[in-house]
Amino acid sequence: MTPDPHDVGALGDSSASATRITPGFALRPEDIALAAEQGTAKPSEDVAEYALRLGDDALILAQRLGHWISRAPELEEDVALGNIALDQLGHARSFLTYAGAAWGKSEDDLAYFRREGEFRSAHLFEQPNGDFAATIARQFIVANYQFPLYRELVKSSDPMLSAIAAKAVKEVDYHLDHSTQWVLRLAGGTDESRRRMEAGLNLMWPFVGELFEDDALTARIGDAGVVPSSLKEEFDRTTGAILAEAELDVPGHPMATGGGRRGNHSEHLGLVLAEMQVLAREFPGASW
Amino acid sequence: MARNVQPAGQPAPQNPASNGTAQAPAVVLSPEDIAGQENFDAIIAKDSRVEPKDWMPEAYRRSLVRQISQHAHSEIIGMQPEANWITRAPSLKRKSILMAKVQDEAGHGLYLYSAAETLGTTRDDMMDALVAGKARYSSIFNYPTVTWADMGAIGWMVDGAAICNQVPLCRASYGPYGRAMVRVCKEESFHQRQGFEILLELANGTPEQREMAQNAVNRWYAPSLMMFGPPDDNSPNSKQSMAWNIKRFSNDELRSRFVGMLAEQVKVLGLTLPDDEVRFNEDTKKWEHGPLDWAEFKEVLAGRGPCNAQRLERRRSAHEDGAWVREAAAAYAAKQAAKQSTNAQKAAA
Repeated sequence: MTPDPHDVGALGDSSASATRITPGFALRPEDIALAAEQGTAKPSEDVAEYALRLGDDALILAQRLGHWISRAPELEEDVALGNIALDQLGHARSFLTYAGAAWGKSEDDLAYFRREGEFRSAHLFEQPNGDFAATIARQFIVANYQFPLYRELVKSSDPMLSAIAAKAVKEVDYHLDHSTQWVLRLAGGTDESRRRMEAGLNLMWPFVGELFEDDALTARIGDAGVVPSSLKEEFDRTTGAILAEAELDVPGHPMATGGGRRGNHSEHLGLVLAEMQVLAREFPGASW
Repeated sequence: MARNVQPAGQPAPQNPASNGTAQAPAVVLSPEDIAGQENFDAIIAKDSRVEPKDWMPEAYRRSLVRQISQHAHSEIIGMQPEANWITRAPSLKRKSILMAKVQDEAGHGLYLYSAAETLGTTRDDMMDALVAGKARYSSIFNYPTVTWADMGAIGWMVDGAAICNQVPLCRASYGPYGRAMVRVCKEESFHQRQGFEILLELANGTPEQREMAQNAVNRWYAPSLMMFGPPDDNSPNSKQSMAWNIKRFSNDELRSRFVGMLAEQVKVLGLTLPDDEVRFNEDTKKWEHGPLDWAEFKEVLAGRGPCNAQRLERRRSAHEDGAWVREAAAAYAAKQAAKQSTNAQKAAA
């Protein structure tokens, strides 16, 4: 039987950690893990592969953003970037837990014990933080991509993907506002901030193309997922409007060859994983 | 308004107010100051709250700015030893909890800087003093976090000591400080629980994990006890601070309570404290502990701890690298304000 993901009582795990960090009755990764254990949440192979892509994007971005905490330009931004990182990590945990249910693997098995070639993140999420403007440029692209993606994914025929997206879209709405406000401020602030904002956008823009590429999986998955190319027009419109307000040109660079969905990654991912996985791999099988 | 300046032609009052001027040089007070002092003394005598608009003795104001800004700086510098493990946290749940915790600390810094600002000092000034190396912060953050178990030990011991110190501060006589502490303490108790949970998991894990946990407890024990400050007979600010109802219990009293808490909880962990003199004294009804190395405490306080330079440099570089962003935000706000006022003038014309 497929559980109704909106019926939180059916998914709740009252024995979950005393340090649960998700307030109220929001869907938590622990709830998904419990549903998987009870056999009530079992994605198809295709849905699991699809969830893995979304989970890896969010996980790698959270890992990148987490580095800003204690290094941001202003305390308010330590809090804001930390918050966005936490949201992304929460989404990653939910998607990975659900994906893992297809293969008998936990979120941590997937995060810590896969090799680089087994990750499915797009190159944009792997890009180094750079300066604050580069991070904002990356956030601006990510939020304008994830917001319509999750909004459409709420309509998924897969109830768990729908439930995860329903929680995520509310949070990404805030990320969209945060990045928009900063693009406007940096573009319209000082000469230096404008130069840096332009440089940041030029650095990140080549990785836009990969986000909207369809492939065999997105064709097969049908109503359970969202066809990436169907989001491109809206992305061009929403980013175009903000860049126009900021009096910035849409960067005209050729798009980079992606390949993250097939396990072909940027030079950066290996280093990200080396740091992220080092401790877990030092003590395989240990519980934390 | 100038304070403690004798207006021309006024006779000096015979009996300068008692509370708060005991250590100040002999000054002659204006009638406003005398009335203010009387009101202040009455507030302290009733154990009520002093609010930002109330008159207060300069020494009280200075003492609070010192204490609150040091506390804020400690939250901000204290983010670093834990942020050190965010990218390496060994499970996604732990990563998530650790991120939330370090983010809370930035939030605590923000409330505390705001509380200090109500006393007439700006956050920029406090931040400048910190990055110039002119301000103090809790010495404990100058120790390195070398293993994951340090995340547990910091939560359980360092945050535990902070809670012992801060719960009584919720009743501090200065209103904005006391109220900030209420919220800070709620979050600190979550921090302490997560630290305890980390250690409990490690203590029940593999032999290597257990050793990692014991080693961290051994390293953080003495520094966490020294967080309460020097022994009572050598604590220069304590007496006045207690007279003003800012501090409620002495350093040694709080330290003793904290040792009692550790002594009980360490049994649940199945670990030991690196101090065989910990015991409950039935006569005094107080917990006792072995001698602490106050020479080391002074060395670290004087800037010669393992990470003093590193912590300060990180804060300085974050602050300096972010200067262009703060300037951009200010320039943008000024341009928007100018635009709005032009529009308003057009609308009015």
